[in-house]
Amino acid sequence: MAKRIDVSGLTAYYGSHKAIEDISMTVEPRSVTAFIGPSGCGKSTFLRTLNRMHEVTPGGRVEGKVLLDDEDLYGTGVDPVSVRREVGMVFQRPNPFPTMSIFDNVAAGLRLNGNYRKNELNDIVEKSLKGANLWNEVKDRLNKPGAGLSGGQQQRLCIARAIAVEPKVLLMDEPCSALDPISTLAIEDLIGELKERFTIVIVTHNMQQAARVSDRTAFFNLAAVGQPGRLIEIDDTERIFSNPSVQATEDYISGRFG
Amino acid sequence: MDMTKTTDVPPPAPQPTADLKKSANRGATRAGDRVFLGLSRGSGILLLVIMAAIAVFLTYRASLAISKDHGNFLTTFEWNTNLVPPSFGIAVLAFGTVVSSVIAMALAVPVAVSIALFLTHYAPRRMSGPVAYVIDLLAAVPSIVYGLWGALILVPHLNGLFGWLDEYLGWTGIFSWQGGAPRSMLTVGILLAIMILPIITNVSREVFRQVPRMHEEAALALGATRWEVIRMSVLPFGRSGVISASMLGLGRALGETMAVATVLSPTFDIQTSLLDPGGGTFAQNIASKFGEATQDGRDALIASGLVLFVITLLVNGAARAIIARRKEYSGANA
Repeated sequence: MAKRIDVSGLTAYYGSHKAIEDISMTVEPRSVTAFIGPSGCGKSTFLRTLNRMHEVTPGGRVEGKVLLDDEDLYGTGVDPVSVRREVGMVFQRPNPFPTMSIFDNVAAGLRLNGNYRKNELNDIVEKSLKGANLWNEVKDRLNKPGAGLSGGQQQRLCIARAIAVEPKVLLMDEPCSALDPISTLAIEDLIGELKERFTIVIVTHNMQQAARVSDRTAFFNLAAVGQPGRLIEIDDTERIFSNPSVQATEDYISGRFG
Repeated sequence: MDMTKTTDVPPPAPQPTADLKKSANRGATRAGDRVFLGLSRGSGILLLVIMAAIAVFLTYRASLAISKDHGNFLTTFEWNTNLVPPSFGIAVLAFGTVVSSVIAMALAVPVAVSIALFLTHYAPRRMSGPVAYVIDLLAAVPSIVYGLWGALILVPHLNGLFGWLDEYLGWTGIFSWQGGAPRSMLTVGILLAIMILPIITNVSREVFRQVPRMHEEAALALGATRWEVIRMSVLPFGRSGVISASMLGLGRALGETMAVATVLSPTFDIQTSLLDPGGGTFAQNIASKFGEATQDGRDALIASGLVLFVITLLVNGAARAIIARRKEYSGANA
């Protein structure tokens, strides 16, 4: 179910500005990979190339290859819409559909993908909310608007919405940066459970978080402002945080810059 | 006895409250704040005074007219204010006003929303700016110009459409046509639709542009196509704005005078067919009769104006109710 991501020679642009350059990496299925690095180094841009969300930004374009198992996401004739149905995404700020109830939020992706019978839909929504550790808090008010939940609950609702369609990969763009520590902990626990079923890639500014939740960590950096971001190194999280092979990584992690 | 006691010995509790109030107000006593407060409060009060003055004037003159009306003011199908006693009723005008506005809304709202969506979500940026500007210009064309265009260009070209409607939809009764000049309710509706199109388009466009990027990305990331993004996040977010935009348009359609007076062949009866000439609207009737009306006739016209005023209020109230009903689902708190 979960799939391997294989990126080679990926470069992304905003108009004529090169945002990231020549990135290659492999992400194993059923693992958590964290992207860390200073602001503006292209972590989020790179993340968004993995489900072809980068190109919806005006001027956004991508060169290079992203293989999901053996299928090139940027191959000719590949529909970005179907790519996004395979690669789910959770955003920095919780963004449940404000006009929809909790139930409809979770069911939104399913309703796009096809026809489900009412009881099938009920089952999947329940399973997804349980998977996002939100079921007990909302089971009595599934018909209330999703925007009425707390920030942390909204973010878990967004995770439930993303996993309801059974994606192969789950991308998370700083999913906890707008949340308080308790909600953050709830999401981190959830990530640990979700990696049994999904390939997870998470961008974070919080290095303790990267150390806590991820198996592998990738460090991104840029030579100077205006220069494209690059992948400096990717390794087992333990190694990155104890004995990284590049000096810049150690400087960043120990707080000497960034 | 009790009373004097309370005034003599004020309870101690209010004392600190008064102090608090005083200190809280101190910030507002700066000259700039005071001037601004005065100006904004004055504007608000002025608006209420004007509204009240209009309502009082309309009601007073209308009551004069209605008390002399020999017919039933609501149901009489004639407008004979020179008779003694006068006999007039607003049934035909109310029918014509509502029908022509409904036609205009039915034609204009879908087109306007489509244009707004096209400009915000489909058209290349280089194109959407100039197109929006042209639509703004359409809103600035005086209504008499629309009326002249309607009478000289639109009316002669409607014979084909009317013939076609009569041939295929004539059996409904609504679209039957006896072959008179196409200066009917449908003509008025089409012309009004063109006139209210710019305002609905522009307000809808503004609303659609303000849909937060993150709502659209939420739909995109689930694998929504462009149309599904619009359906899942843009339209629900813009819903109340589109309703407000439509109400602005409807307000213009209900009150439109010169354009209607120019293209319609008014009669004082209700046509079941939208294609046969005849009928009238409040504003058109006032414009065409006011100049030659006697004192009683003017009062009668003012009474009809009061009814238009009430209809407009009702429409606005209904729109607000629709917007308020799903307030907790609005995008405002996200």
